[in-house]
Amino acid sequence: MTTTLFRTGSGGLIDRSRPLRFTFDGKSYSGLQGDTLASALLANGVHLVGRSFKYHRPRGIMGIGADEPNALVGVRRDDARYTPNLLATQVELYDGLDAVSQNRHPSLENDRMAVNDRLLSRFIPAGFYYKTFMWPHKAWDRLYEPRIRAAAGLGVAPDKPDPDSYTQRYAHCDVLVIGAGPAGITAAMEAATADARVILCDDRAAMGGSLLSAASVTIAGKDSSVWLDESLAALARMPNVTLLSRTIAFGYYPHNWIGLTERLTDHLAVMPAGRPRERLWQVRAKEVVIAAGAIERPLVFPGNDRPGIMLADAARTYLQQYGVSVGRRVAIVAAHDSAYRAAHELRAAGIAVVVIADIRSRPAVANPPDCAGTRILSDASIEGTTGKLRVTSITLSAGSKRETFACDTVLMAGGFTPSVHLFSQSRGKLAWDPELQAYLPGQSAEAERSAGACRGRFALEEALADGMEAGRAAARSAGFATGVEVHGPAVTVSHPIGEGGHIGATSSSKGAKDKAFVDWQNDVTANDILLAAREGFISIEHVKRYTTTGMATDQGKLSNINALGIVSEATGRTIPEIGLTTFRAPYTPITFGSLAGRARGDLFDPARVTAFNDWAIEQGAVFENVRNWKRAHYFPRPGEDMHAAVARECLQVRKSVGIFDASTLGKIEVVGPDAAEFLNRFYVNAWTKLGVGKCRYGVLLREDGFILDDGVVGRLAPDRFHVTTTTGGAARVLNMMEDYLQTEWPDLRVWLTSTTEQWSVIAVQGPNAREVLSPLIEGLDVSAEAFPHMSIADAQMCGVPMRLMRVSFTGELGFEVNVPSGYGAMVWQAIWERGKLYDMVPYGTETMHVLRAEKGFIIVGQETDGTVTPDDVGLAWAIGKAKPDFVGKRSLARPALAASNRKQLVGLLTRNPQIALEEGAQIVSPSAPGTSIGHVTSSYHSSVLKKSIALALVRGGRARIGQILHVSMPGGSIPVGVVAPVFFDPEGKRINV
Amino acid sequence: MFDPDVTSPLDDGSPAITPVGPVSRAIIRCRASDIDLVSNRIDIALPRAACRSVQDSGLSALWLGPDEWLILNATPADSWVSELSARLDGALCSLVDVSHRQVALSVHGPRAEDILATGCALDHSIAAFPVGMCTRTMFAKAEIVLWRTGAANFHLEVWRSFARYVEALLREAESER
Amino acid sequence: MLIIRCPYCGERPELEFAYGGQAHIARPLQPSDQNDEDWNVYLNLRANPKGWHSERWRHIHGCARFFNAVRDTRTDHFLATYKMGEPAPEVPST
Repeated sequence: MTTTLFRTGSGGLIDRSRPLRFTFDGKSYSGLQGDTLASALLANGVHLVGRSFKYHRPRGIMGIGADEPNALVGVRRDDARYTPNLLATQVELYDGLDAVSQNRHPSLENDRMAVNDRLLSRFIPAGFYYKTFMWPHKAWDRLYEPRIRAAAGLGVAPDKPDPDSYTQRYAHCDVLVIGAGPAGITAAMEAATADARVILCDDRAAMGGSLLSAASVTIAGKDSSVWLDESLAALARMPNVTLLSRTIAFGYYPHNWIGLTERLTDHLAVMPAGRPRERLWQVRAKEVVIAAGAIERPLVFPGNDRPGIMLADAARTYLQQYGVSVGRRVAIVAAHDSAYRAAHELRAAGIAVVVIADIRSRPAVANPPDCAGTRILSDASIEGTTGKLRVTSITLSAGSKRETFACDTVLMAGGFTPSVHLFSQSRGKLAWDPELQAYLPGQSAEAERSAGACRGRFALEEALADGMEAGRAAARSAGFATGVEVHGPAVTVSHPIGEGGHIGATSSSKGAKDKAFVDWQNDVTANDILLAAREGFISIEHVKRYTTTGMATDQGKLSNINALGIVSEATGRTIPEIGLTTFRAPYTPITFGSLAGRARGDLFDPARVTAFNDWAIEQGAVFENVRNWKRAHYFPRPGEDMHAAVARECLQVRKSVGIFDASTLGKIEVVGPDAAEFLNRFYVNAWTKLGVGKCRYGVLLREDGFILDDGVVGRLAPDRFHVTTTTGGAARVLNMMEDYLQTEWPDLRVWLTSTTEQWSVIAVQGPNAREVLSPLIEGLDVSAEAFPHMSIADAQMCGVPMRLMRVSFTGELGFEVNVPSGYGAMVWQAIWERGKLYDMVPYGTETMHVLRAEKGFIIVGQETDGTVTPDDVGLAWAIGKAKPDFVGKRSLARPALAASNRKQLVGLLTRNPQIALEEGAQIVSPSAPGTSIGHVTSSYHSSVLKKSIALALVRGGRARIGQILHVSMPGGSIPVGVVAPVFFDPEGKRINV
Repeated sequence: MFDPDVTSPLDDGSPAITPVGPVSRAIIRCRASDIDLVSNRIDIALPRAACRSVQDSGLSALWLGPDEWLILNATPADSWVSELSARLDGALCSLVDVSHRQVALSVHGPRAEDILATGCALDHSIAAFPVGMCTRTMFAKAEIVLWRTGAANFHLEVWRSFARYVEALLREAESER
Repeated sequence: MLIIRCPYCGERPELEFAYGGQAHIARPLQPSDQNDEDWNVYLNLRANPKGWHSERWRHIHGCARFFNAVRDTRTDHFLATYKMGEPAPEVPST
């Protein structure tokens, strides 16, 4: 175990009694419970953690949290659990953690792609891809893109299925507080005290925000750490408060809909069984308090990206929260007073601060913390840094004097940028504050308010009071009474954060030899942005896309504001004149797993099954998906393929009898004195004269005249109809019926009830169908005379209620037995046993399709495609001609729908009966082989007819019967004969027996 | 009584999720002006208040819409709906037997609200969803009827073919630690 | 996900609703009396405003009622929802 040379002797919130072992790039290190991977690496003196995206420059840890641009790592738990692109600043250390760096070949210390930086960088300026890889076009797919992707990669995606589980939950609250820093905690406390339901979330393991690193601060007379512990304990005790740590608010959606992801197991060495890895919270909040804090701003100067160069307050936090010294000899470059606070606290921990180079003429506050003994330069210019894998010196100039300081760390105190990301996502309008030099939340679009540093209240006392006021206001807006006004707690701060800040590049960046980085993660320099401005990219949105600044996974948390500053200076416009790019969700990357939640594998979508599903599985059925339904496709016997099984099933249905699960058909019970009138207006058919106990095939159009659905409608009573729809059309037809009833014809006294799942439907089809069923039927004569084709009646079967329909989609004598679904399996079994006397076969949807095609029956969605009228498919006979109106009738009279050369349904026969046409194949006339005149809609081998058959829609098709046309097939076009679209028993003799 | 062979797609119970045994169900639809007449004929007052239920001597009437109620009979019988229908003769309404269209699950216990929150976007707190409230809604990708029968008791109705899907998701939520 | 106030059930999540297109387009009482141009207008022409839009929704996974709403297509904010047959509220100028 290596010694952790950079751990301080005392202090911090880590547990010094619980050492943890971990590896980084295969090398073993030791950290402490409470560390992040970043703090543990820094405790071991490791700053170099990555290579940059484009130039492969060595990069070190810069920040402390979600804004970190450099320290992207992969964490491997086992073969299947590898997560790329995690931020080391957010990865909590556990015993045995195995992390690897990214974007280096072969190693961090020796990366051969670094040639990009040394030799090629002047050839890869801003817009390089746009300018270079333009030509030849084909090379983009084959050469440029694969090479670029291989070279650029940020992390490697895992190649195995994710073994972890993820969960989701909806949540509702009166006040959602985002961020548990000082403002968030007081906001939550105030809202909760007013009895509001409060959710307080924070992305870090420990709540407290800046209080976790506060030194020499008292709140309400107590040390800040005591106040924090007591406040969090008080919140935890309140039943109306939900505290969510390790939970990031990643997206703010309309109507106060907030997405949170909670990390449940990533911090644990052993994953508890049954615990999901993450939980997605979808929170609906009456009011939101955004207390997201502020992001420390780096300074743009030449060579500002060497490992060891980091944010000043981050370094101070590593010291106070984790007991980590980020270096031994520290130089600080400053545009903000917080530099002096950092310097003071680092010095107090025994770290040498060799120089504070303030680019301002003096600190903004009158009395910065005592830094006696440290060189302080005013009006300083930062000329550059040196060091290969770690910064070794910084060169500064002040006045005419230029000086180089040896150091192992450079801290940047560029000021603080309020985190307005979530506010902006909520579509709130940002307002530029010229005094603070920051965008602050302006006019809200949602029921939310910001509090604390994210709206420029940086000082602790201000943040605490601001949070209180926001919490109270939120509770009031949510309808809760709050007590008399109270003031924020008394606060003493030995070293206030102070003021100041700089936006844009510092003066030395222009024309410097070394690169001055603006966006560390996407390798965008100040010169890149200046180049974009020179090339005429004025809009910040264009600058962003041209230079890619702010487009990496950190979305420019550190870079955007400096990029704005550079564009502002280059174009002579103020920052508010330039505007901002859009902040988009997610605030930080989130896992696909959390978005998928439980919707994986078998639970991705509902798998709807009928009452006969288990029976079909036992019989070895092969299933197909029809919408969400699982339907038996065919029932192969040992050694049979689909073709053989379907051929056998078809022959046996025509020869004797088959049994088929038709339960998925939609069923709607239409009841009321105006039921027949409603159906008259809705379907093309005439219903008034349909007798009780009779069925009719119904066709439904859309208002534009094209076929939407079809099905059999049976009349059970003068005021009661049993309407069937296609499987896929069930919900659509019911919705359309309700639409017309509720909005166009509310006067009609008729009501609809879906009975799709009330009934299991057993189709028994074939010459022996009556023999199979009749002994099982109670209370109904099903003889040909008493119960002819297209009859319907309620009776009993096997002692349970049954609704029997004599209908046929096969062209054979057929019945559809409807029984209550809970009895379905029992009745099916009884029919099946009886059917064995007649060698009854179970058949699936494929055989059903073949049998109906032999009869020329259409399937909506196969013969029709939303542009097909009843006449096109030979169904004009179904239209009730005397009716003054029905849905779609007026459109059928439009010229285009009445034209004679419309595509019409015909049959096609190939010369070679063994060749089946391809469904969808195009059809041409031999006289005009370049012009498609139609397409094949259905095509099968018919074992009954011993030849292939096809249905097709062909322009002017009915007039072409007898002609030879050509169909495009993979091997070339083949001739086909056009025939009437009924191949079997055209007289319908077999049905009426 | 129902035939003993009535089958359910649901598994046996788990601590917080148990299948509700066979129930007779009917959907009644009628206009507001006929609610009193229909209520009198079937011996239960159809609730007029949105998303509210009425329970009376073994029958429950759940408001599903301003002209739609789900009537549950805890003493199931194949003949019940046709008997009801006879009593409604002449009343302007629609009565349809849906006893087998859906099945019911009970979600109960101290974690009932949390389990439902994994798939249903409604606020299940007792203030927002009081005892007696009922509504159609969604659980994940399946439509359900959710009815609160007690502070820690929910009755969930789901169409039969979606039952295994909903049950499996509920069980996963229940097993979460 | 939007919150939509069903005129019958109150505020509910968007996932319980189905969108139903532009509101206040009545089907002609005698479609056969319509000339082709008028019928085309009824059938196909719809407003696509940037701003307030009168539109139909159905609380399909709730009370199953169709109702009307006025929504700002820029912000998704609802001005009002109201039952079928009720008059449209006065829509502010966009």
